[in-house]
Parts: sequence; C-alpha cells; structure tokens
Amino acid sequence: MASTDATTDSSLPEGSKRDSMLPDRLRPSPFKEFWGYFCENRGAIVGLFVFVAFILIALFADVLAPHSATEQYRDALLQPPAWQDGGSTRFLLGTDAVGRDMLSRLIYGARYSFFIGVIVVVISAGTGVLIGLLAGFARGWVDTLIMRLMDVLLAFPSLLLALVMVAILGPSLINAMIAIGIVLQPHYVRLTRAAVMQELPKDYVTSARVVGASRLRLMFVTVLPNCLAPIIVQAALSFSTAILDAAALGFLGLGAQPPTPEWGTMLADAREFVLRAWWVVTFPGLAILINVLAINLMGDGLRDALDPKLKRS
Amino acid sequence: MPLLDVRNLCVDFRTANGLFRAVDGVDVQVNVGDVLAIVGESGSGKSVSMLALMGLLPWTATINADLLHFDGVDLASANTQQRRSIIGKDVAMIFQEPMSSLNPCFTIGFQLRETMKAHLPLSRRERQSRAIQLLEQVGLPEPERRLKAFPHQLSGGMCQRVMIAMAIACKPKLLIADEPTPALDVTIQAQILELLLDLQKDTGMALVLITHDMGVVAETAQRVSVQYAGQKVEEQGVRDLFANPHHPYTHALLAALPERATSRQLPSIPGVVPGQFDRPKGCLFSPRCTYAKDRCFQEVPVAAPPALGLARCHYPLVDGIAQREVS
Amino acid sequence: MLSFILRRLGTFIPTFIGVSIVSFLFIRLLPGDPILLMAGERGMSAERHAQLMVQFGFDQPLITQYWDYLTGILRGDLGISFKTKRPVWDEFFALFPATLELSLCAIVFAVVLGIPAGIIAAVKRGKWPDQVLMSTALVGYSMPIFWWALLLIILFSGMLGWTPVSGRISLMFFFPSGTGFMLIDSLRSGQAGAFASAVEHLILPTIVLGTIPLAVIARQTRSAMLEVLSEDYVRTAKAKGLGPLRVNGLHALRNALIPVITVIGLSVGTLMAGAILTETIFSWPGVGKWMVEGIGSRDYTAVQGGLLMIALIVMVVNLVVDVLYGLINPKIRR
Repeated sequence: MASTDATTDSSLPEGSKRDSMLPDRLRPSPFKEFWGYFCENRGAIVGLFVFVAFILIALFADVLAPHSATEQYRDALLQPPAWQDGGSTRFLLGTDAVGRDMLSRLIYGARYSFFIGVIVVVISAGTGVLIGLLAGFARGWVDTLIMRLMDVLLAFPSLLLALVMVAILGPSLINAMIAIGIVLQPHYVRLTRAAVMQELPKDYVTSARVVGASRLRLMFVTVLPNCLAPIIVQAALSFSTAILDAAALGFLGLGAQPPTPEWGTMLADAREFVLRAWWVVTFPGLAILINVLAINLMGDGLRDALDPKLKRS
Repeated sequence: MPLLDVRNLCVDFRTANGLFRAVDGVDVQVNVGDVLAIVGESGSGKSVSMLALMGLLPWTATINADLLHFDGVDLASANTQQRRSIIGKDVAMIFQEPMSSLNPCFTIGFQLRETMKAHLPLSRRERQSRAIQLLEQVGLPEPERRLKAFPHQLSGGMCQRVMIAMAIACKPKLLIADEPTPALDVTIQAQILELLLDLQKDTGMALVLITHDMGVVAETAQRVSVQYAGQKVEEQGVRDLFANPHHPYTHALLAALPERATSRQLPSIPGVVPGQFDRPKGCLFSPRCTYAKDRCFQEVPVAAPPALGLARCHYPLVDGIAQREVS
Repeated sequence: MLSFILRRLGTFIPTFIGVSIVSFLFIRLLPGDPILLMAGERGMSAERHAQLMVQFGFDQPLITQYWDYLTGILRGDLGISFKTKRPVWDEFFALFPATLELSLCAIVFAVVLGIPAGIIAAVKRGKWPDQVLMSTALVGYSMPIFWWALLLIILFSGMLGWTPVSGRISLMFFFPSGTGFMLIDSLRSGQAGAFASAVEHLILPTIVLGTIPLAVIARQTRSAMLEVLSEDYVRTAKAKGLGPLRVNGLHALRNALIPVITVIGLSVGTLMAGAILTETIFSWPGVGKWMVEGIGSRDYTAVQGGLLMIALIVMVVNLVVDVLYGLINPKIRR
C-alpha cells in the first residue's frame, strides 16, 4: 500500500527532462529564509533599527553629548526642557537637581546600558550553555545534581537573589552585573540541556559517534550548533532583562553608584522630585523602556524566524 | 442535479515565499448515494479541496471557485450562519488522525452530544439515548461506559469509530472521509472501511473517500478521481479506471500495485510531486512521465473528452498505448 | 494522581534543602565578621561581641550551625532580628498579609484582563486587534515598573489628585488588624469610608505590580491559543458546525489554559520580585520593602529569614500549581 507514496528515486531524470523542469524560483538559502521571516515582522525591523541607533549613540557619546555627564551647572538647577517655560536651548531636555544636563547624561547612560547587557549575556550564556551541555551529555547523577542546583537558584525570585548577592558583594555596577548574570544563567542551563536531549537521539549524532568523533567535538561541533536557535532567542531576552534588573538595582541604590549616569541610578536620584520636575523622572525611564522594548521586539522577531514550530506552513 | 457540485476550485496558501497553489482548477461532482474516491500522493491537494468545501482551512488560504454548490445552496455566497447549519449536519467529515481529532479535555459523550445539540431539536435524554445508539451502530461495545471515557483512554480504532459516530449523528447527506485509516492497524483499517460502506448502504448518504491507497479504492469506490499536484488528472468509474487508465500517472499508480507487479522488483514512480519551488513549465507530471515528449515540457495540457477519462494529458493512453494529438 | 503528587514532592524536598543551604550560607559568605558588619560603624565591645557570637551560634562548627538552622526552620524559628530584637518569623508574618493582599489583587487584575486579551488577539490573528493588544503587551512586558509607578504617581496623584501616593489606608482610620487584609479589615471595622480608602490605596500598586504578569499572561494565552487553534480537535469542532464562541471559548481555551495556568503559577516569582520595587515606591508595609530596608540597615538575620521564606512561598505555590495542572489535564489525571 505504500507503493504510491512519494519515494525519491536515486536515478534522476535524464538531461533533457532536467532542463525542462525550469523551476520558477530556487529554494532560498537558510540565512535568506531566516532573514525573510525576520523581515516579515515589521516590529522586529523597527526594534533592530532602534537598537542599532542605541549602539551608535553609545559609541559616539563623546561626540554627541553637548555637555559632560557629571559637570554641575550651579546656575541652572532643575531647569525644565527647552520647550517649556523657563527652559533654554542650552539644556534641551533640562537639568537635574544639581544642574547636570539631562540629555548628556542620557546619552552617556546608553553606554552603561549596552555594557551591562553585553557583560551579563556573556556571563550567563557562557556559563549556562557550558553547564547545560555538560548536564545533557553526562546524564546520571551529574545531570541530577546540576538540575537540582538550578531548581534551587530558580526558586528565588530573580531580583531578590540579585539583591541579596549584591548585599554580599557590596553595591557597585560590576557586582550588580555579576549577580544578574548568575541569576539569569539557570535559564540557559535548562534550555541547552533540553535542546541537547532532543538532539542526541537523532541520526546525525549517532553517525558522528560511529565515525568516532571525540566527546568534545560531539558536544561543541556536532550538537551545539543545532541547539543554538533557542539560546539566541534567550540571549536577546536576557539582554533586556539584564538592563531592566540593573536599572532596578540602581534604583534601589544597589547598582551603579551616583554620579554614574546609569538610567536606573538617575531615576533613584530623581524620586524626590516626582511631583515637582517631571522631566528628571520621565526621560531616564523612557530611555530604559525604549531600549528594552527595541530588544524585545527584536527577540520576538528572532524567535518567530528561528522557531520552526511557529512558522506558518 | 448533483448533491455536491464544485467547478474550477482553486486554493492558494500565503507563505513567506509567496503564494502556493495547492488546488488548481479541480471539479468535483457527487450525486446522492455516490461513493467517490479521490486518490493521489501526499501533497496532491486531495484533502485541501475537501477542507476548503468545509471551510476548515487556516487563515492563510484563499479559496476561489466558479461554483461551490451543496444540495442547491451556494456555499461561496452563503453567510456563516447558513454555512454552519449545513456543516456538521448535512456534510460531515472524519479525519486522518483519530486520536488527535478528539478533544483531550472532554469526554466522548460530551463531544458526541454536542454535535446533536448544535443541529437537532432533541432533549437531553434523547441525545443521551441517541449517543448510546450511535456507538452501538459503529460497533463500540459497552457504549454507556465509553461515553464517560476520555479520548486518551481509547485506542486509535475506537477513536475513529467515535469520530464516525459523531459524523453520522445528524444523518448527513454527504460524508467526507479524509484518509480515515492509515494511522491504524491493517485489520482495524479493513473494519473501519467496511463500517463506512455499511453505513453508506444503510443510510443512502453519499461518501467521498480521500486516500492514497489504490487497494482501498478498488474495494470501495464506484467512481475514482485521480489528483496530481493540485490538479485532477483523470476521472472514471472504478472498473474502467482499473481496466483502462488513460493518464500516464494513473497507469503508473496501478502498475505500482503489488498485485499487478510483473517483475520481482516493485515498479515505483521516480521523483516526487513538484512543490512550491520546482513547478514544471508544461505538464506537471512531465518530469516523471515515461511517455513524455517535447510538447509535454512546453505546453500545459487540458482535460481530454469524457471518453478518455477527462485525462489531463497531451497523449492519453488507450490500452496502455499513447494516442496522437487528442486535444 | 497520587503517585504524581508524590513524585512532585520528591523534587520539592531536595530543592527545599538547597534553598535552606543558600539562605544559611548567605550570612557566612558576607566578607568579614557578620556581627561586626551588622553593628556597623558604631562597633562594639569585645565582651558584647563574644556574647553575640554565642547567641547567634557563630562559635559552633558549620555543620552544627546548619543543623540548628534547619531544625529551627521546621519549628518556625528564623532567629532574632538584629535591629528590632524580635523574632524574624513574627516580623515576617506580621508584614506578609500586606504583600499577599497586593499580590492577589495584582494577579486577579492580570488574569481578568490578560486571558481575554490573549484570546481576542489569537482569534483575530494578524488583524488590528491582535496588533494593538500585542504591541501593548510588549510595552508592558518591557516596562521598568519602578518608573511606571513614578509615572502613574505623577499622573493620578500629582496632576489629577485621584489616588493617594503611599500606604495602605488613610491615617484617619484606625482599627485593629484582624485578618491582616486591609480590604477585609476595613469592611469589618464598619467605619464609613474606610473600605473606599483602602481600595484607593490599592489601585496604583495593583496596576504597577500587575503590569508585567498581565503582559506575560496575555502573550502566553495568545500563543497557547494559536497552537491549540491549529490542533485537529479544533478542526473537528469547526467541522461539527459549532459557533466561534464554542470553538474558541470552550474547545480551544480549555486546552490552552493548561500552559497559561503554569505561567500564572510561575509569575508568583515575578510578583515577589516586583513587590520589592512596588512596595518600596508606594511605602507599602509588606515583606518586599522590609527586605530592602533590611539590606540597607544591615539587618542580615532578617534578610536571611525573608530570603528563605519568600523562596519557600514561591516553591509551595509552584507545587500547588503543578498539582492543579494535573487536575485540569486529564492525560495526567488518569
């Protein structure tokens, strides 16, 4: 009964027939296909552009910022933005309580934000993927031990654990980043392990084993590239989580310390002016929101483009 | 007037790489009491045309047809209310995967009574007794107990029987069975087919059987429509089709039947059904056709006269010999 | 079902031990002598130091200390707060109802808005309601909630003057706390306006704390619905000629709810993290604010106790959700 089922025959049609097939379009390459799916998501494109803009701002902060991030203009305390009464074009977005230019601080803040994201993702993804690979390949008691350990880490609300770790390490931006990196790392372990377990029984792994690939080669060259899709998506997500959590720690006084122009720390300074000077509160938060939103938009686009399950058929 | 009359049905799917035509100008006519088999390989669009009729295609599909009539009602222009009063009542459908076609969160009884509740003016008690009667009719033992069971507690064959019971609950005029058996054991397959044919005879409903199995076709159908790459390539009465296939594709399908094999090795049709990216310019079957000539690679063939089984071929076969220039 | 619960308990116990070790190690990992750290700049005399070392058990070997700690937890003894000299257990449970009340309101807010939003978005996939709802959800998901709180305060308290800025109830009202839930206590007190005042104080914190869970639930509901909508049994339901309300609202939603409930359970952790920020901003006298203050004032025994208790609560909720998951998923129920 399987006789009529489509079966690919090894003997290809002869030359004349081949020419006649004249395909309308060739199947696109994997990257092109990925890019096609990514571009279909307008939000993802917008997110990508905004994110690139943020990177450029961070890179060229010295050129772009009209003032220094820390210089205090004592003649212009809490000056409103240029378009409001009492504002001037000298300080486009106004000044804060000690007379520092908001715009310049926001521009320099982009550096911190980007820096935090990169470092946290490197810490958490680097260790998480390694441990996840180990757990997935080792199985047995090593696996159990690692996963129970991750369960323990995940039992704590992330911000709380980061908070407590900073309390141990002492409040600073570096310690905040380390703490957030450790807190986010279990997600990578779980993802990588799950992906490895899914790939291991597949034929290509077996054939690589049969050919005699070493364990390390099997882990990093054979299996890991096929587990990358969910890890990349997670990286995008944890980039934005890192920025949010670092800002939250800064806001609680446990992250970057004043006068660092980190957006969360700026908000902490601005708290007492909530009802008096809306601009010192609004702009840093808006910067965080737009940055995080852009990365999340990109992350959604990545997930849709990489996850074959959600692809339209 | 035929019970079901579909002319020039086209279904397009929107994909990331542009439109994909899954059904391309298919005609289907089914009379009262007919048993029509639609045959073709996977990817030939045979299920899609029936799903289009039922309004069950995903949102990425667009449906066009010159005519889409069922029992005198134009389904293309009918509003959703009217369609819904026909779908599930006068036209019912059963699907390939009986296990996943039943909702895992509800009991068999709930899902069975629900159909009747939607279409028939029965009381709660009447629905219950009819549900028991239906399960008996499809040959499920201990119907009262089965009604309380969840789908995962039944086997695949039992699930398919429940699906059939659900489909015939409202005494439909047309039952569409979309490859109802491949997921099941061989013995169960035969039982299910026998059940469908018995029900067809008892109730006089029309039956459309979608399958890729020529063996099933020979045992069940009165009329056969052969589909290839979204097109109907041939349609004949079952006896004539098996005796004298006119399209090279039908010919090849029949030659691949184990009972007909002449050599030690089973003949197979080289290549696969063309997909979105390798659609040939001329006849869609030309790259795989052993009879193909230059013209087949250049020109799109049209259907031959009914005497030649409406074969969509430049050189239809008669008694296994290609004819000259029919169209 | 019973074996399922037992299996689930089997992973609970090692995690509990792990969590207790983490919170036990917290004080021991602090750089320097914990007693001196907690004393701060004032310092203390040598005798007082020695006396406290004995009182907190720091003179014992580590294993003995842990054993005492673990058995203490099981007896409801989390040690003595360094600052207030009251048992940490009592302090925690005096404040916990405030956090619980806020969290419950936030989760109800998130579920009531999030599930319908997710269903509508999935059913209207690709059309404008989907786009509007999901864009909003993504903004909510990306929201720095401490800033969101400040914005809402500027708008509703500053410019419109509708809601109060901090606390659980106006200082005008005083009544003994019975249940610890201000909404219930204020109703029971019978004082005119007390309940309204409690509600007024709850609105902004609820919105702030509920925002991220709301966004997560809406997104999860949508994706679960989309997945379920392409299932064969939804096609069967449509093939029966059932209306969209029954197909989407009953056949699809019943199955889609299974992953959504898991997400609601998991958002308890998010809520606790959010409570730290929300309570700090709105001066809400709950355990989140208490923890932040504990870190600020170096009351490490309090922080240690809070860390353990919050983790335990999250774990218990997740356990309950898993059992619930088994109840609504007939495949596990058997």
